[in-house]
Amino acid sequence: MTHDHDPDNELDPFAARVRALETILTEKGLIDPAAIDVIVDTYETKIGPRNGARVVAKAWSDPVYAEWLKRDATAAIESLSYSGRQGEHMQAVFNTEETHNLVVCTLCSCYPWSVLGLPPVWYKAPPYRSRAVIDPRGVLEEFGLTLPAQKKIRVWDSTAELRYLVVPMRPKGTDGWSEEHLADLVSRDAMIGTALAREPA
Amino acid sequence: MNGPQDLGGQMGFGPVAPEIDEPYFHAAWERRALGVTLTAGGMGAWNIDESRHARESLHPADYYSSSYYQIWIKALETLLKRHGFVTERDLAAGKAVDAAATPKRVLIAADVAAVLAKGGPCDRPVDTPARFRVGDRVRMKNFNPTGHTRLPRYARGKMGTIEAVRDGFVFPDSNAHGRGENPQWVYTVVFDGTEVWGEGADPTLTVSIDAWESYLEPA
Repeated sequence: MTHDHDPDNELDPFAARVRALETILTEKGLIDPAAIDVIVDTYETKIGPRNGARVVAKAWSDPVYAEWLKRDATAAIESLSYSGRQGEHMQAVFNTEETHNLVVCTLCSCYPWSVLGLPPVWYKAPPYRSRAVIDPRGVLEEFGLTLPAQKKIRVWDSTAELRYLVVPMRPKGTDGWSEEHLADLVSRDAMIGTALAREPA
Repeated sequence: MNGPQDLGGQMGFGPVAPEIDEPYFHAAWERRALGVTLTAGGMGAWNIDESRHARESLHPADYYSSSYYQIWIKALETLLKRHGFVTERDLAAGKAVDAAATPKRVLIAADVAAVLAKGGPCDRPVDTPARFRVGDRVRMKNFNPTGHTRLPRYARGKMGTIEAVRDGFVFPDSNAHGRGENPQWVYTVVFDGTEVWGEGADPTLTVSIDAWESYLEPA
């Protein structure tokens, strides 16, 4: 859908405000509206959580890759051709039997775009940003995830330019699965830490 | 600054309310908002730290009642005015009225893929060796700067342990204000939940932040 046919433009004052800003900048030759189309298409159709799911599936399948991912996530992820904006400095954190990892950005909306795409609204909104660091169990309950009482929780607040990818534990009953098949079990939320990997059906 | 963005540990915002199968955009204008923000940033007139500071400088009532793309656009208008690209008269008219400053560059469609692939790495060489090592106990500085900082209030004055020595990174507290990149070592510092939140804290919780060296003092 192009912006010339947006159903909300006539109704929403904010839509008009964005349209005006784009018009002003275009008339002044400061932006190329076609560049906006390319950016939107990139993040709507090309860069998304399937990237991260492939990273996780490869780590599950290949111990050497998993070790590399642990040691130098930026290079290990770039080897799968996922790199660039908001993925320049990556750190992978691995869930274990003892510890569950959860990622947040309390100060803004830092998120690993190169492997997860654009963040969901809740990730950027005050309820999650305020509570993930003080009441992570309560937050996870709202995602339908109840962790055992003895499980340790590690919250990673992305306050600098490192971007975190959670590697969930591989579900049982998936021996011999292909990486493509395994990747189907890895949701965006599992790589933020608000879910576990899906169990095989 | 102790602004509306510094949300860790704040209360009263209600449940998280995740949306099942959430679309990337909830209105068509959000697509344009993303693209306008990125292409305008492509002029190279400001850095990521200045843009973050523009967002957190919205009045708290405005920040909390705006969606994230609304926050982006409001901050973008501030940046465009500050750097001479747009005037109040332009915005009031909804079209170009006044002349604009000359940008360093314009991001054209053909260059988008390469620019996104390159990203904006913020690691920089630092002349001095890292002051702290893995395992060192540190106390986070207690301060309340009026400008940009990336040390959240909940961590200030708290005792933690260095878990990782990262690279040298551009220092946001100066870079946001045009006072240079002044790169410093960045460390991952981990805190016990009980140290940060005190009485009633979840005993299984640890929280980490990534902190620039000048935020740290030896414990």
